[in-house]
Amino acid sequence: MTDFIDIGSINDIPRRGARVVRALRGDIAVFRTATDNVYALDEYLPGKAGPLSNGIQHDEKVTDPMYNWVFDLATGEAQGADEGKVGTYDIKCEDGRLLISAVAVNPSVAAE
Amino acid sequence: MTQKLIIIGAGMAAGRALEHLFEAAPDAYDVTLFNAEPRGTYNRIMLSPVLSGDKSFDEIVTHTAEWYEENGVTTRFGEKVAKIDRIAQTVTSDIGDVLPYDKLIIATGSNPFIIPLPGHDLDGVIAYRDLEDTNAMIALGEVPNAKAVVIGGGLLGLEAAAGLALRGVDVTVVHIMGHLMERQLDEAAGYLLRKALVDKGITVRCSANSKEILGENGKVKALLLDDGTELPCDLLVMAVGIRPSIALAAEAGLATGRGIHVDDQMVTSDPNILSLGECVEHNGDVFGLVAPIYDQARVIAKTLVGEDAAFVNNEVATKLKVTGCDLFSAGDFAEGEGREDIVYRDPAQGVYKRLVIEDNRIVGAVMYGDTVDGNWFFGLIKDKEDISEMRDTLIFGPAFQGGSPLDPMAAVAALPDDTEICGCNGISKAQIVAAINDGAHTLDDVKAISKAGSSCGSCLGLVGDLLGVTLGNEFKMPEKELVCKCTDLSHDDVRKLIIAKELKSIPQAMQELDWKTTCGCHVCRPALNYYMVAAWPGEYEDDGKSRFINERVHANIQKDGTYSVVPRMLGGITTPDELRAIADAADKFDVPTVKVTGGQRIDLLGVKKEDLPAIWYDLGKAGMISGQAYAKGLRTVKTCVGSEHCRFGTQDSTGLGIKIENAMWGAWSPHKFKLAVSGCPRNCAEATCKDLGIICVDSGYQILVGGAAGLDLRETDLLVQVATEEEAIEVSCAFYQLYREGAQYLHRPYKWIAKVGLDWVKEQVADDLENRKALAERFHYSQKFYQIDPWAERAIQGKDAHEFAPIADFTKVAAE
Repeated sequence: MTDFIDIGSINDIPRRGARVVRALRGDIAVFRTATDNVYALDEYLPGKAGPLSNGIQHDEKVTDPMYNWVFDLATGEAQGADEGKVGTYDIKCEDGRLLISAVAVNPSVAAE
Repeated sequence: MTQKLIIIGAGMAAGRALEHLFEAAPDAYDVTLFNAEPRGTYNRIMLSPVLSGDKSFDEIVTHTAEWYEENGVTTRFGEKVAKIDRIAQTVTSDIGDVLPYDKLIIATGSNPFIIPLPGHDLDGVIAYRDLEDTNAMIALGEVPNAKAVVIGGGLLGLEAAAGLALRGVDVTVVHIMGHLMERQLDEAAGYLLRKALVDKGITVRCSANSKEILGENGKVKALLLDDGTELPCDLLVMAVGIRPSIALAAEAGLATGRGIHVDDQMVTSDPNILSLGECVEHNGDVFGLVAPIYDQARVIAKTLVGEDAAFVNNEVATKLKVTGCDLFSAGDFAEGEGREDIVYRDPAQGVYKRLVIEDNRIVGAVMYGDTVDGNWFFGLIKDKEDISEMRDTLIFGPAFQGGSPLDPMAAVAALPDDTEICGCNGISKAQIVAAINDGAHTLDDVKAISKAGSSCGSCLGLVGDLLGVTLGNEFKMPEKELVCKCTDLSHDDVRKLIIAKELKSIPQAMQELDWKTTCGCHVCRPALNYYMVAAWPGEYEDDGKSRFINERVHANIQKDGTYSVVPRMLGGITTPDELRAIADAADKFDVPTVKVTGGQRIDLLGVKKEDLPAIWYDLGKAGMISGQAYAKGLRTVKTCVGSEHCRFGTQDSTGLGIKIENAMWGAWSPHKFKLAVSGCPRNCAEATCKDLGIICVDSGYQILVGGAAGLDLRETDLLVQVATEEEAIEVSCAFYQLYREGAQYLHRPYKWIAKVGLDWVKEQVADDLENRKALAERFHYSQKFYQIDPWAERAIQGKDAHEFAPIADFTKVAAE
């Protein structure tokens, strides 16, 4: 059973926009797509890409602002010729509230 | 023994439930039916045809008072139930009658949601729910020059607007979201729907927030939006959604959530009370569509006669229709993991079709303009049919049996005959087609005969398409560089078609130009956004989500995710006060690096993103604005000290540089644009490698263009020499505008000049004085809308605040 933590309202993120959640284990980018799907991914692929919350969104993908790598928002996989994957976290929207998996932001879990 | 059954609410759910009950056991219950509306049961869905005048009210009645009488139902129409006493098993009506029950059905349906705006209780503010509302709208149609505002661009709101418009009312739809019916339609279909409504004379305002309803003598007068716009109206219809009507049940102590909780047998938390319809909540779902509610009616009737039955909420696809609009939406069209799109567009016919495929099955379909195959797709969605065998031709519908592939030149074929294709020579589509029909079968022939494409050449892509359309297979198109994989058009084609077809939004351009993806990619979106900015100053609403991060947050992202901040210093001139403010800001925000740039500015490197608005605020207080060092737009005007200080200076190069920068800052262009003004040919400002450089000489000013000092190194060419400062400024603005209007996105001027030819640029800017003036005027007009300091907007007015701050911070929480 996954525990979820409320991080704010869906309206805090505009459509095709993204915001950052600061967590001790590292920043997480939270995306809201044009069709109101929400995704949570690591903000950086260290040494390769990021900060992804600054990218341009199209369909269910985001283009990295630094080197134009394209990542699938659902799987975190780099698309095309680039190889790499950023971590993804459970996130959902219920009654307009954004709920992220507690594991993503919980320091005690991160310490394990 | 006959039991007493009381039903509260005579809507469609109750009507259908009684039909089933009387079929199964006509004499099992002695039924009393309350209805707050003073009439029998009618099909609420059909109020729209009543409003539009296609049907009379009598035609939509499903169960009349007589029908109830024949079936032995005691009706109490126009009478509400005020209270339920579950211990005594009685209900009390609003006139004080107390009636006992053995079984009670709550079928109170739903209430329209009224936004609690100031003024929502004024006379003339209505919902769109019942016959009274409908009649109020019909009555308004009788009033000459009547105006109405509908809040809500969903199905119900648009039905109200369409009906009012048909009755001659001047209607404005105010919708909070960016496009109409955003729950059922994607952006492209929403755009086409909007276009159809506008054609019907309905005004549509999306992304509009209502602030207050204004009234006069207790009656509605206008709707005030939060941008200050007042929309005068005689009637205001609020159609923003419905809420299950649960107050009566909740007061009686029944379990409720969003709706009244019921189990699979439609029984509430009290075994003698049942409920169905829009007022119930079953396994977390509430209901607004008629199909599952009719299923509930069947189940509730069986439960009442003691038979086994269980309600299962089959999440079937839904389809919908707006009066007079050829629109279809079924299933789930949201994008998601493992989902793929098949998109078909026919810009000439205004057709858009999109199928969403998951695991070889259609899960959603959106169509506009041609919906004849809608029911076929609907069937495939419902039956979860495997479509992998027919995937390639699926979108053409069931009738398709092979045939030719899509015509990529449909957008060009659809242009009206009088569309100007070659702007340089004023040649229309009809003239080019005539030339082709007269025997011009190559691009060179067309150039020679019609003159189209013989000047700057940027229309040759379209001329080629016209050759293709006119000659068919005889003509072989030269390869052209496409914008990206989302389209078959080149940058030049897109720019020209945006003007020719007056395309003023990105979804509109994608539809009309036959884009192959639903919402483009990181290559075409920024290009389209720029082309719109350049083509429609003051009309186009900039789409920040189509800009790269630097232009979105007005600072340059650095490799560690921090930003650099460069304030503008016109002509490279600063003051002690400005320098003090910069130094203070650098201290206050712990700026690790302060650097002087190549463009004679000061760069504060390493600013944290969340500090940007605050540092801008401090710099702004000292009078500084954004240096736009991040923009595909005007960057810097570098100057030498000129005749004011230098013994070699021939003119006031610093003063001219400041004047030019003052005129040009804030402008967007296909790529960055850098200038320099040198006071003499010694050229201390290095003007000969800029996009535009000016070298002052004794007799005036040499305007040089097309330099580069990056990956490519290129010296400028002389565009023209002029005698006065005024002319130098006019030529500079005219050249910039010509580049802004013509070049492809991400081409610096030297690349663009290589394509169109320096001679052509000279003709436009140096030789043709009328044209020079017109170009400069268009530039100044555009500047009225873009010469706004983006830092002040964000630091003072709080624009785009979401861009800068994290949504949540767990590092601080954890530290506590």
